[in-house]
Amino acid sequence: MAMCSRAAAAIRRRGGVALAPPHARAMASLFGHVEPAPKDPILGVTEAFLADPSPDKVNVGVGAYRDDNGQPVVLDCVREAERRIAGNLNMEYLPMGGSIKMIDESLKLAYGEDSEFIKDKRIAAVQALSGTGACRLFADFQRRFLPDSQIYIPTPTWSNHHNIWRDAQVPQRTFTYYHPESRGLDFAGLMDDVKNAPNGSFFLLHACAHNPTGVDPTEEQWREISYQFKVKNHIPFFDMAYQGFASGDPERDAKAIRIFLEDGHQIGCAQSYAKNMGLYGQRAGCLSILCEDEMQAVAVKSQLQQIARPMYSNPPVHGSLVVSIILNDPELKSLWLKEVKGMADRIIGMRKALKENLEQLGSPLSWDHITNQIGMFCYSGMTPEQVDRLTNEYHIYMTRNGRISMAGVTTGNVAYLANAIHEVTKTK
Amino acid sequence: MPSANVRGAQPSAERRLSTLVRHLLPSSARTAAAATTTSAADFLEAFPTMASSSVFAGLAQAPEDPILGVTVAYNKDPSPVKLNLGVGAYRTEEGKPLVLNVVRRAEQMLINNPSRVKEYLPITGLAEFNKLSAKLIFGADSPAIQENRVATVQCLSGTGSLRVGGEFLARHYHERTIYIPLPTWGNHPKVFTLAGLTVRSYRYYDPATRGLDFQGLLEDLSSAPSGAIVLLHACAHNPTGVDPTLDQWEQIRQLMRSKSLLPFFDSAYQGFATGSLDKDAQSVRMFVADGGELLMAQSYAKNMGLYGERVGALSIVCGSADVAVRVESQLKLVIRPMYSNPPIHGASIVATILKDSNMFNEWTVELKGMADRIISMRQQLFDALKTRGTPGDWSHIIKQIGMFTFTGLNSDQVAFMRQEYHIYMTSDGRISMAGLSTRTIPHLADAIHAAVTKLK
Repeated sequence: MAMCSRAAAAIRRRGGVALAPPHARAMASLFGHVEPAPKDPILGVTEAFLADPSPDKVNVGVGAYRDDNGQPVVLDCVREAERRIAGNLNMEYLPMGGSIKMIDESLKLAYGEDSEFIKDKRIAAVQALSGTGACRLFADFQRRFLPDSQIYIPTPTWSNHHNIWRDAQVPQRTFTYYHPESRGLDFAGLMDDVKNAPNGSFFLLHACAHNPTGVDPTEEQWREISYQFKVKNHIPFFDMAYQGFASGDPERDAKAIRIFLEDGHQIGCAQSYAKNMGLYGQRAGCLSILCEDEMQAVAVKSQLQQIARPMYSNPPVHGSLVVSIILNDPELKSLWLKEVKGMADRIIGMRKALKENLEQLGSPLSWDHITNQIGMFCYSGMTPEQVDRLTNEYHIYMTRNGRISMAGVTTGNVAYLANAIHEVTKTK
Repeated sequence: MPSANVRGAQPSAERRLSTLVRHLLPSSARTAAAATTTSAADFLEAFPTMASSSVFAGLAQAPEDPILGVTVAYNKDPSPVKLNLGVGAYRTEEGKPLVLNVVRRAEQMLINNPSRVKEYLPITGLAEFNKLSAKLIFGADSPAIQENRVATVQCLSGTGSLRVGGEFLARHYHERTIYIPLPTWGNHPKVFTLAGLTVRSYRYYDPATRGLDFQGLLEDLSSAPSGAIVLLHACAHNPTGVDPTLDQWEQIRQLMRSKSLLPFFDSAYQGFATGSLDKDAQSVRMFVADGGELLMAQSYAKNMGLYGERVGALSIVCGSADVAVRVESQLKLVIRPMYSNPPIHGASIVATILKDSNMFNEWTVELKGMADRIISMRQQLFDALKTRGTPGDWSHIIKQIGMFTFTGLNSDQVAFMRQEYHIYMTSDGRISMAGLSTRTIPHLADAIHAAVTKLK
């Protein structure tokens, strides 16, 4: 305070204009009216967890993978890629659309190694800031070129999806997805909403490992959805944040996308390497849009770049180098496939263990959904009040929608977790 | 798909198809179509995809970015004497990109550090990086920092910092107009427009003197509405290299504070202008010292050579610590739906360097080395033109500051230099001194000489 008043006084002595002293200034701030923003529902959970001093605390909040010791993991293939980068490669600007190598490899993963669409150069694709950035570019693109369109978003979905399309100023509607009673897919409700939406609507679909429910359509159901989309001329936009993470096999996890491609849809697709390569903070991802032909793909890509330029000019290089190095080197790629399967298998194992523990405790409820659901998350079916009890009485942290991040479950804490869940759910 | 159906169409169907074709063609093809009497059927055959149902069918290709497009054109040129003076990326005497030694060291330290962050950064980025960045630009003893009045968030280099700051102002500030200098970096208008602000300009460069139009600047800021936002280049103005003197900065400060104009500083060249980090921050610190509020977009692209890592920070100096906390919380709401959290690698390198006094010193030495080489290029180019007796006053080459020289060449002369001498620069005549070397200066001097004597 004193220093500031002295500075202000000095300026006044030089004949300059100074503002009022600090305590008065607080009222005069140009931003004094700014409200404190609500905490992010997902990221706020980890903040609370970190602040908790209890030795028993368990974090099954945010979706970042942990090993069986509850530690975050840097994949070996990533370590090796980073070793090759450090000291060797420069940090020049990428083009606005990002790394061509990284894009090419990403398209192979999503569309298939031998995809005719890649051969025919029909895919407009740019490197994006992980899945969030890919969705945002698409939403901004949708707003700019189809200003009358809206997006249908599943209920529930990753909470940030709503923020993204809202900030892009694209109106949103929801479509039925999760069936609370069965803790599975409300397929009839979903198909009704698809049929009732105006022709040519945009739909956001989770390609695999739906976040937050872990409930995915079966292959048969995907085919029916795709067929109905064709009838209605709907445009599918796939958010694929967990390719490889769901089943352990990236090809299998891309099945829904491949079905839609076979049926002739011109899809959009957001890809993220945050989880399946453990690149979280590197913000590595890709946005692709399948076009009519090469000419259109060139045009669409150029327009996507026009959206990126005034947002961040060009995407960060480090993550793209890691992805390109791994996917371009057969040995490293094979190592990656092994490691991603390892992560998926551990999660599948924890699902089994959690369910078995609950059954052994004599829980009156059915917990089949724990092993029916897939991917990082389990939609437990617990109420916000039950979740609050878990946090307050057992120091277990998860989002209040009852979503458990299975990646945070270990052989060391699964029994404790099962017991706590049992305690808060055994009486309704 | 369509051609078989379309051949032999009835007259009324032909009319309907013609209408459809006109709607589906991009405007350039539409003009060509109107000029001929070709039937709709033939058009659909020529553009078979046009009869499809793609929602993006009518979408036109975007024009090349004026700055980044220069490098695209340069890359396509096969000439062995080609010279890229477009993008402001530093090059060594050998014309190579440079990764600073201290950055290489930091990289290795990160690889070997078992306790480094492996997951997402918080929405606001790496906390350590944010604190150190604020200290770097405002000074470690800055009263605003001591009083916790600075909200700093890590962003994607300068562009990202400007965009996030602009979006914040569009949502929370009472004045939606931002004044930008004439000329300014080509991307500024788009960044602020998309952020939701209205862009106006204030006079800055005087082509007659190739210096600052100080009177025009004061007049234009005086007639700005009270509370308007004003973009200021902290040092090494891009593209002109023309900076106000300290006295002029003081007058600008007084005028702005008297009209409650909100300063939004863009600092992309701290350390690059004079070679001194503190000297290059003087304009900013002057404004902070009067206790007032401001925004600051900081980039490490050039001064740490971290270009593609996209490292930067947005700081908002607020009236009180309480306001700063609320402002930071709202900045998160801008960032989360844009990219969730910023990239970790570059910020980790910066934090590693800034917090270690040895590495910090090493950095200042390397930074001064880059700045000195650029100053030397300025002198050499000036001397080379003098030697050739090139008509005109070229003293602005050594008067202007930072990475760029606003040569004063017109777009015809620029095009001539591209065609005849394979020298690439933006059409406003801006050259990046960082792209020059002792070896290539004669070629550039020859080209300028030819352009100026042959074309007016």
